[in-house]
Amino acid sequence: MSVRSAAQLRAVGAIGEQAAAPGSDVVARRRQQARRRQLNVLGLRLLLAVAILGGWELGSRSGVIDKFFWSLPSDIGATLWRWVTEGTELGPLWDQVLTTLEETVGGFIVGSVLGVTFGVLLGRNRLLSDVLSPYIKAANAIPRVVVGALFAISLGLDIKSKIATAAVLVFFVVFFNAFQGVREVDRNLVANARILGADNRRLTTEIIIPSALSWIVASLHTSFGLALVGAVVGELFGATAGVGELIYSAKNNFDAAGVFAGMALLAAMALVAEALITALENRLIRWRPPVATETRI
Amino acid sequence: MASAIQLAGVTKRFLTPSGGVYTALRDLNMKVEPGEFCAVVGPTGCGKSTTLALISGLEPPSEGEVDVFGKPVSGIADGIGYVFQTDAVFPWKTVLDNVAAGPRYHGATAREARERARDWISRVGLTGFEDRYPYQLSGGMRKRVALAQSLINGPRILLMDEPFSALDVQTRTLMENELLNLWSASSASVVFVTHDLEEAISLSDRVFVMTAGPGTVKANYKVELPRPRNVAEIRFQPRFVEIYEEIWKDLRDEVLVSYERQKRGAA
Repeated sequence: MSVRSAAQLRAVGAIGEQAAAPGSDVVARRRQQARRRQLNVLGLRLLLAVAILGGWELGSRSGVIDKFFWSLPSDIGATLWRWVTEGTELGPLWDQVLTTLEETVGGFIVGSVLGVTFGVLLGRNRLLSDVLSPYIKAANAIPRVVVGALFAISLGLDIKSKIATAAVLVFFVVFFNAFQGVREVDRNLVANARILGADNRRLTTEIIIPSALSWIVASLHTSFGLALVGAVVGELFGATAGVGELIYSAKNNFDAAGVFAGMALLAAMALVAEALITALENRLIRWRPPVATETRI
Repeated sequence: MASAIQLAGVTKRFLTPSGGVYTALRDLNMKVEPGEFCAVVGPTGCGKSTTLALISGLEPPSEGEVDVFGKPVSGIADGIGYVFQTDAVFPWKTVLDNVAAGPRYHGATAREARERARDWISRVGLTGFEDRYPYQLSGGMRKRVALAQSLINGPRILLMDEPFSALDVQTRTLMENELLNLWSASSASVVFVTHDLEEAISLSDRVFVMTAGPGTVKANYKVELPRPRNVAEIRFQPRFVEIYEEIWKDLRDEVLVSYERQKRGAA
């Protein structure tokens, strides 16, 4: 269950308490129904996981699925456990996760800052954007993961080349969103601020950027995933540590369980990051009306 | 003494996206005295909003001259307040920070700006809502924020573009009365654009009737009704009805012209 829906349920509960006097039995029944539904969803989710993992396990054990290529959940679990308890082929597991995390977060920050800066700059300056737009479109059309190869040559095999690769992937997504966000600023708001006496600097910091912020923050969800892709691809082009490198070496050993275990680690990292970004979003965009809650009584 | 606002032979043309030229205003003459409350009525698309944009300096005229207190307008000048038709309060600022924006932009310290904002918030009856965001307010309350936001700068000229058109009738009458109270405590000249003739007469000292676009002033009427007025009651006075009938005769022809054009445009 997401953080937001939990907050909504709590809000519904609070309204129910205020209205306790006249229709309290209706409210209590509704609340009970909501709780039951929540449990149902949770149960179904668990059931789905058990069905998929169980089917996979049984399929591999009975030989329907080739376990050399597709491994099986218990082997993957055992590999993860071995990594946690004994360390990986490349050293302690924590070091690999931390390495990839550093590369991802580094690329994410560098790419976002550059993306927002250039997006706002070009969004505010018509001439600059007209001059640069064909080049940006061309650069955007290139499959950008290949720049990882370039960076591996020019920046070496340490963290710099991975951060650069991740930053390039992040940059374009954030840039286009920031640019669009600036272009879509309500003209009435700009006119109002100018009448109230705002100069150009105030206009940018107090009107343009806050207004574009909902676009920018929305793009951060996608771009963190892309930063992770950039870091892992960078590691595949050559590295000495990291989850991507872990997957690469498992591949070289025909160790399917190792590949899957690495994937599971990446998924867990992405999920944690997603939760953090959602928290950031709720903090930054407090002024936005909350999503309509279901309070049918 | 110079007029507060004087438009002489003003024409405004816009380039349409298809490359044509659209004339919004043609040879418009208008004069507003200091402290005068003027209303501008006319059919839709006659350039009422454009007139306000010219006075505020948001748009330059294509021809003619716009003077504010004897000085030609070039860019946005100090001393102008503008209440927009659609919501133009800043959604990411609280009520307090919205109202405090004007003084902040004029270089006041945060503390000073907030103090003045609190004063204005209480004058428009929003005490207790300082920390709300605009989405948490009703339409009428957002208009109060917009009013306080404009008036805090102490404008000598207040431009209002159908400010209450989105409000329900009861809220609207309340807001109209409050506007008159706030205005009588200031010495500002007001140009109030509306499509509602009743609203125009009950609020103002003078009503300008504009022609169907390209707009120009067809006639102006002095409204000699005593002040202070109660907007809810003044509509029933015989003199009000007389004035209404007189202006409506003029306005009706323009509304019909505009309506016929729209019908033809749609066909």
